[in-house]
Amino acid sequence: MNQATLHHIDRPKGRRVTPADRKALADLLAALLAPGGAGEMRRERLIEYLHVIQDARGHLPIALLAALAEALKISQAEVYEVASFYHHFDVVEEKPASVTVRICTTGACALAGGATLAAKLQNLLGADVRVVEAPCIGRCEKAPAALIGGEALGLVTPERVSQALAGTLSLPETNAEPMLLDAYAAQGGYQLLRECGEGKHDSDSVIATLEQSGLRGLGGAGFPTGRKWRIVRSQPGPRLMAVNIDEGEPGTFKDRHYLEREPHRFLEGMLIAAWAVGIEAIYIYLRDEYAECRRILAAALAELAGQHILPQALPRIELRRGAGAYVCGEESAMIESIEGKRGMPRLRPPYVAEVGLFDRPTLVQNCETLFWVPAILKDGGASFINQGRHGRKGLRSFSVSGRVRQPGVKLAPAGITLRELIDEYCGGMIEGHELYAYLPGGASGGILPARLADVPLDFDTLQPYGCFIGSASVIVLSKQDSARDTALRMMKFFAAESCGQCTPCRIGTHQAARLMAARRWDEPLLRDLAQAMTGASICGLGQAAPNVLLCVLKYFPDEVGASDPGTDVAGRSVSASGATATA
Amino acid sequence: MTVLGAAQSAGIFIPTLCNHEKLKPFGGCRLCMVEAEAGGRTSLVSACKYPVQQDLVVRTRSGQIDNIRKVLTEQLLAFAPDSEVLLELAREYQADKDRFAKEPSFCILCGLCVRYCAEVKQRHGVGFIDRGASREIGFIPEIAATECWDCKECFPLCPTSALQAAFVLVKSLTPSPS
Repeated sequence: MNQATLHHIDRPKGRRVTPADRKALADLLAALLAPGGAGEMRRERLIEYLHVIQDARGHLPIALLAALAEALKISQAEVYEVASFYHHFDVVEEKPASVTVRICTTGACALAGGATLAAKLQNLLGADVRVVEAPCIGRCEKAPAALIGGEALGLVTPERVSQALAGTLSLPETNAEPMLLDAYAAQGGYQLLRECGEGKHDSDSVIATLEQSGLRGLGGAGFPTGRKWRIVRSQPGPRLMAVNIDEGEPGTFKDRHYLEREPHRFLEGMLIAAWAVGIEAIYIYLRDEYAECRRILAAALAELAGQHILPQALPRIELRRGAGAYVCGEESAMIESIEGKRGMPRLRPPYVAEVGLFDRPTLVQNCETLFWVPAILKDGGASFINQGRHGRKGLRSFSVSGRVRQPGVKLAPAGITLRELIDEYCGGMIEGHELYAYLPGGASGGILPARLADVPLDFDTLQPYGCFIGSASVIVLSKQDSARDTALRMMKFFAAESCGQCTPCRIGTHQAARLMAARRWDEPLLRDLAQAMTGASICGLGQAAPNVLLCVLKYFPDEVGASDPGTDVAGRSVSASGATATA
Repeated sequence: MTVLGAAQSAGIFIPTLCNHEKLKPFGGCRLCMVEAEAGGRTSLVSACKYPVQQDLVVRTRSGQIDNIRKVLTEQLLAFAPDSEVLLELAREYQADKDRFAKEPSFCILCGLCVRYCAEVKQRHGVGFIDRGASREIGFIPEIAATECWDCKECFPLCPTSALQAAFVLVKSLTPSPS
């Protein structure tokens, strides 16, 4: 966490950029700006430059930030604002440690003892290693998980961390080989794209097929994909595309799962979308926690650049790196981040389809949505339409984690129930664990009790229960776990990830987390906070943050109301009405 | 034209703490939330940014809106106790000024100073630092040393009497004891 603030860090007074600072910055950025690299310096690539400095120095020295501001011809304030916004940048004058270990303490990793592990590791590893409790890093199937100097380690134990730091265990421990372009092409890959480029298909029929297939945005919002393409295509050009692989919703790791295996399938879907909508340039926004995916995608894009898949040139493609900010999964915050700014959601209208990236009409799609496009178009959508259970249609990639025997990404029919998902796809519950509760859609989708394990899981089916499926990240709790503790952890997560732009979210998540730490919850106050957050927050983060808290009040009142009277963390006695909290 | 602008020109009061005629809409304080009904659908929107349109029906007061404004006022009062503007809102919306534990910073992050400096003065002497609950304003010493001391045009804009801005400015220009 950046402790530094402007008024501490910028000393001595009156520092101006020196020739030495300019040279140091130029040397660091030389490789990036070299011919064949990204070319001349651009304001929108500020975050990329900050990454170069952070990677090389282990922190962001003020002198280099000032030199960067000068080189980009922007104010130092803008550079500080951006640098201090992202978790993965350390705006301090001294390098905090030789290596940073980020231990996930959010979803399944919390159930697996992530927080205890973090405390233990800090003592064990000493001051030269910085141990940070981190939000979900998307390795939930191998909980507890950590990032060691940016590389992922699953099934973390102190021994394994020591081995990784000593280099006797090499990271990342890959569990899948990405399919290369030749292999993908050998099984018919890119053929559809080529046919599109050669005029054998028209974009109207492609969009119509997508509409018939019922494919919806799999990042969580569920907007019908075909309709979105049609809307953006009708906007004046130039049109841009932004691919959302920020995948920060706790418990979600499906995008990573597919990228590690078939990067070209995703890229073909992306390029078909670009062709159908008439896209000039594509920006792929990948979360910083996915270093392995970054290498895989960079290699796949390099392979693609050397081929002549289309008769015409491909759209310009830029791979961008997030910097540790959950809110950047919100589409307009992601767009701000791609523009090199803080990840602050925009107020709508206008919608990004009309005024998006660089104020151009923008098609924003999640990675997995595009991943399914080639297959759907090849069989006319049959593979999707003919799937589904309990009256629902389609397939969903559930990221299942927590107390099940075989966690992982499970491609299952839409509408499957939790009980079916656990029994048929996850080998049942772990020995000795009995189902108690589950989060159907990560941190924001609420939390349901075991008695509602037979509800179909899909878009639109969970709203009557105060929940939603979102990115289909299912975290399973057993009777050894507590719904209240889980809800509290999720609220702390939201408080840490709020961008701070609007009052109800910035103060509401922070205050809710404090109030929820009390043994007995102040129900009227929490309900008021929830109403303000849901009704008045700018973006989905603040609007959905109260779901877990409202679900606990509704389904698990015994956990937060019945025990002996206590005081809240502020030391005030809990109100009498809070003592009788029931749903 | 925005809903807020239309309401103001018609003499209808909608509270706001972060809006200013010389600045772009910010939509941060959220006190201007109103119910907007269009095409048979009602949604809560921020009046300072939402555009007026044909047949749009706007309700500026309702049980829901009043409760949201009450809670927002209570939240902000924890950070800026006894701010005159906030106490006035508290009277209007029956807000309890002591509902939340005090965390005085005397800054409610409306961003008027930051945005005025950037948009009107184009000096960027003060900015937002960090994010979430750790978000705060900070002056850039190099710029503040030459620009701010004789300007301070942002101070009168501050809804909490610029106490925090003055404090942060002085601190940014004071050498550390070390």
